Amino acid sequence: MRAFARLLDRLFFTASRNAKLTLVRDFLRETPDPDRGWALASLTGVLSFDAAKPGFIRKAIEARMDPQLFALSYDYVGDLAETVALVWPAQAGANAEPEISEVVEALQSASRSDVQLLLERWLDALDADSRWALLKLLTGGLRVGVSARLAKQALADFGGIEVSQIEEVWHGQHPPYADLFAWLEGRSEKPSADTPGRFRPVMLAQAINEETDLPKLDAGDFAAEWKWDGIRVQAVSERGMRRLYSRTGDDIGQAFPDVIAALNFEGAIDGELLAMRDGGVAPFGDLQQRLNRKLPDAKIVAKFPAFIRAYDLLLDGEHDLRTLSFRERRSRLEEFASRAGSSRIDLSPLIHFADWEALARLRADPPEGDARLAEGVMLKRWDSLYEAGRPKGPWFKWKRDPHLVDAVLMYAQRGHGKRSSFYSDYTFGVWREDANGDRLLAPVGKAYFGFTDEELKQLDKFVRDNTVDRFGPVRAVRADRDFGLVLEIAFEGLQRSTRHKSGVAMRFPRINRIRWDKPAREADELATLERMLK
Amino acid sequence: MTKPQTLLRPTPAGLCCVPGNFMIDPVRPVAFAVITHGHSDHARAGHGAVLATPETLAIMESRYGAGFAGTMQSVRYGETTNHNGVAVTLVPAGHILGSAQIILAWKDLRIVVSGDYKRRRDPTCAGFEPIVCDVFVSEATFGLPVFRHPDDAGEIAGLLKSVAQFPERCHLVGAYALGKAQRIICLLREAGYDKTIYVHGALAKLNALYESFGIALGPLADATTDEARSFAGAIVIAPPSTIAERWSRRFPDPVTAFASGWMRVRARARQRAVELPLVISDHADWDELTGTIAEIHPGEVWLTHGEEEALLRWAVLNGVQARALSLQGYEENEGE
Repeated sequence: MRAFARLLDRLFFTASRNAKLTLVRDFLRETPDPDRGWALASLTGVLSFDAAKPGFIRKAIEARMDPQLFALSYDYVGDLAETVALVWPAQAGANAEPEISEVVEALQSASRSDVQLLLERWLDALDADSRWALLKLLTGGLRVGVSARLAKQALADFGGIEVSQIEEVWHGQHPPYADLFAWLEGRSEKPSADTPGRFRPVMLAQAINEETDLPKLDAGDFAAEWKWDGIRVQAVSERGMRRLYSRTGDDIGQAFPDVIAALNFEGAIDGELLAMRDGGVAPFGDLQQRLNRKLPDAKIVAKFPAFIRAYDLLLDGEHDLRTLSFRERRSRLEEFASRAGSSRIDLSPLIHFADWEALARLRADPPEGDARLAEGVMLKRWDSLYEAGRPKGPWFKWKRDPHLVDAVLMYAQRGHGKRSSFYSDYTFGVWREDANGDRLLAPVGKAYFGFTDEELKQLDKFVRDNTVDRFGPVRAVRADRDFGLVLEIAFEGLQRSTRHKSGVAMRFPRINRIRWDKPAREADELATLERMLK
Repeated sequence: MTKPQTLLRPTPAGLCCVPGNFMIDPVRPVAFAVITHGHSDHARAGHGAVLATPETLAIMESRYGAGFAGTMQSVRYGETTNHNGVAVTLVPAGHILGSAQIILAWKDLRIVVSGDYKRRRDPTCAGFEPIVCDVFVSEATFGLPVFRHPDDAGEIAGLLKSVAQFPERCHLVGAYALGKAQRIICLLREAGYDKTIYVHGALAKLNALYESFGIALGPLADATTDEARSFAGAIVIAPPSTIAERWSRRFPDPVTAFASGWMRVRARARQRAVELPLVISDHADWDELTGTIAEIHPGEVWLTHGEEEALLRWAVLNGVQARALSLQGYEENEGE
C-alpha cells in the first residue's frame, strides 16, 4: 500500500502529463503483480466498492478520538478523508501493512459489517499517506488526474511499445492485468486480441499546414469530407457483442443505449457520434448533454437523440478491411450502410472538388445544411490503408479558421512546473451593460496557451505591474474602460452555459494575439458573442 | 508557593521577567533581552543588552551586523547567570543551531520557557533537554492532532527518488535560510548524497556560520551564476519566498519542493503550487508537544503562540492545568 500511496501523493501534486507518465511507468516497474494491476485499475476508476460508505470513516474515528479534537482538526483541514488519515492515532503492535491487492480483494467480497472492521484494522496498520490512499480508494475519490488514456500510454512506455498495441488488446484484459504485464515484460506472447466486440486502434489525421503541405499534394490523390463536430467513435457489433468506443478505446456504450440498439449489423464502423435535431446535425452542445452523464436519463435520451455518421469500415462480417485502401473501404462502407438501413447510422458524404482552391472556398463557406456546423474538412488519400496512430501523410485535417474576439485581461493565475514563476493562465472578459447602464467586464473564458515564451514574459510583467488585488495564487489586474490589456482570443465555438456568469462558454480558447495597441474600451461586447450562439 | 505571575508575565512586547528586569524574545527594542534563538521574529536588533548562546549571538551578528545591540552576554548551555536574584540558565531546545530553553529560578519557583523546540534528532543542533519545572511555557505552532511529522529520512528519500526519476529536471527545494536549509543539506549528506548542492545567495553567510561551528555541509556552490547551465539533475536550496518567484526562472522546468511542517496539509501545498511537499519541520509536532508536557509534568503549562485551542482541550482531557498567553508578533510561518 505504501508504494501506491507514494504514487498517489506524487500524482496529486503533479500537473504535467509527462511527469505523470514517468511516475506511473516507474511504479509499474517497481511494483510486483498483482499490486500494480489493482493500482492501475483504481487509478483509472474502474473499481468501485459498493460495501464501502463514507459513514464508516466517521464512525471509525468517532470511536477513537475526542470529538472536539476531531472537530478542530476537520475544521482546519476541510476534507474528511484527509483529516482522518492525519489524526488517526498510531497503534502500537498493529498488524502488518496490507498491500493494495489485499485491500481490493477483501473489499470485493466483504459485507458492510466486515468493511467497518477491516477499515479500522487497516488504518491501524498504515502510515498517514497510506491511510489517505486507502480512504480515497474506498470512497472512489482518487481524482489524481489519471485517465484511461494516460494509463495506457504509461503501460506502452513501460513495455517500450506503441500505445495502439495496448489499445488493441485492452478490451480482453481485466484487473489485475497479469497477462498484459507478462507480455509487456517479454515473459509471454501478446494476449489475444480476438475478443468479440473488441476495440481496434484508430487512425488519426495530422493538421495540415496550408503553406507548406498543400502545394506539395495532388488534389486528385485525396478524398475530402466534412470534419464533423461530434466525438470520434468506433461502433462494433461482432458475434453478439455490441460496443461503442471513444477514440481512445473507452467503452461509452452505457450512455448511448439508443445507438447501441441500432447496431444491427456484423462489423466495425469508424465514424462521428453526433446529436440529431430536426432531421439534421445538432450543435455540439446537444451532444454534450449526453456526454456529461454516465447513465442515461430517458428524457435526455429522447430530447437529444444520437446517431453515427459513418466514414470508414474496419470490419465487414468476418473480414478485416484495414489492409485495404480507403477507396475500397469507402465503397464497402456505402454498401454496408445501405444494407444496415438504420436511422441512427448515416454516411458522411464525400465533398466533390476540382482543386485545392475550390476546396478552400467550400471550407470557408460551406453549403446550407449540416456542413455549416462542420469544423472544417478532412483529406484522406484514396490509397491509404487504415493504420493505427497518427501516421504522417495519408490523412489531414484542415480546420476552419477560428472565431476571434477581442477581450480584456481580468485575472491571471500562476502556472505549474516550468511556468510556476509566471502568471500564465489568463481569465478574460468582454463588455456588458449592467442595470445602471454602466459598462462592466463579464468574464467569458480562460486561456493558457497561444503565446510565445517571450510574450509570456511580457504578459507576466504586465500582470505584476498592474495587480490590483490578490486571492491566493490569483491576481486581479487593472481592467476598466480607461485601462486594460486587450487579448485577441481565438476559439472554436460557443455554447450556452449556466455555469459561467456571462452565460456563454468557449470551446478551445487560446490567445491569438496580444493587442498592446488597442484601448480596453474598444474590446468586444458580450452581445457580439451572444449573436454567435445559435 | 510563590505565584508564577510575579516572576514572569506576558506583555505586549513579549514575556517579561519582572524581578529579573529583562524580556524574553521581545518583539520591540528593550533595555535587556534574553533571546531563545536566532530566527528574526524572536531575535530582533536594537536592544540595549542581549543575553544568548554564542551561536545565537553569532547568528544575530551575521544578520544585523556587529552593532546589533548595546552589549552582548554570551552564555553557554548549562551556564547560570544571576539577574537581580533570578538565576537564568540556558539549555538546548533542539530547534536550530544555538536554540535554547530558558530556565528561570527564583525563590521556590522554576519556570522553563521552551522557545521554539523539537524533540527529534537534528544533525545541526544539540537535542532538547527536558527540565522539571513548575511552569512550562511552550510554543504551540503545530498544536493540532493533524500535525504529525513523518520520519525526516523518509522525506529525504522521497526527494532523492524524485531526483533519480527526473534526471532532466532540477529540484528546487524551498527551505528557511536559517536552520532548515542547513538541516536539509546535512540530511542529504547523511543519505549519501555527495554531489554539489546549489544554494541561493541568502544562504551563503549562514552556511559559512554553521560550518564555523563545526557542522560540515559538504560541497556547495552559488546557484545564482551568470554562467549558462542547465542544473539538470541538481538540487538547489533557496528561501521559500524565491521558489515561485522570478529568481527561479533560471532553472528550466524545476520540480518545486518545500520543506515545512505545513506541507502535511494538502491544501497548503496546493496553494503554493508545490510539486513535492517535504514534511520536515523544526517545530515539535502534536505528539512531541503533548509527549513533552506529559514527560515534564509541570504544575502548569502556558502556551505562547500557535494553535492553542486543541492543546488546551488535550490538557483538559489529561488533567493538565494550561492557559494560552496568545503572544503577538511571532509569525505563524514556521521559523521565519
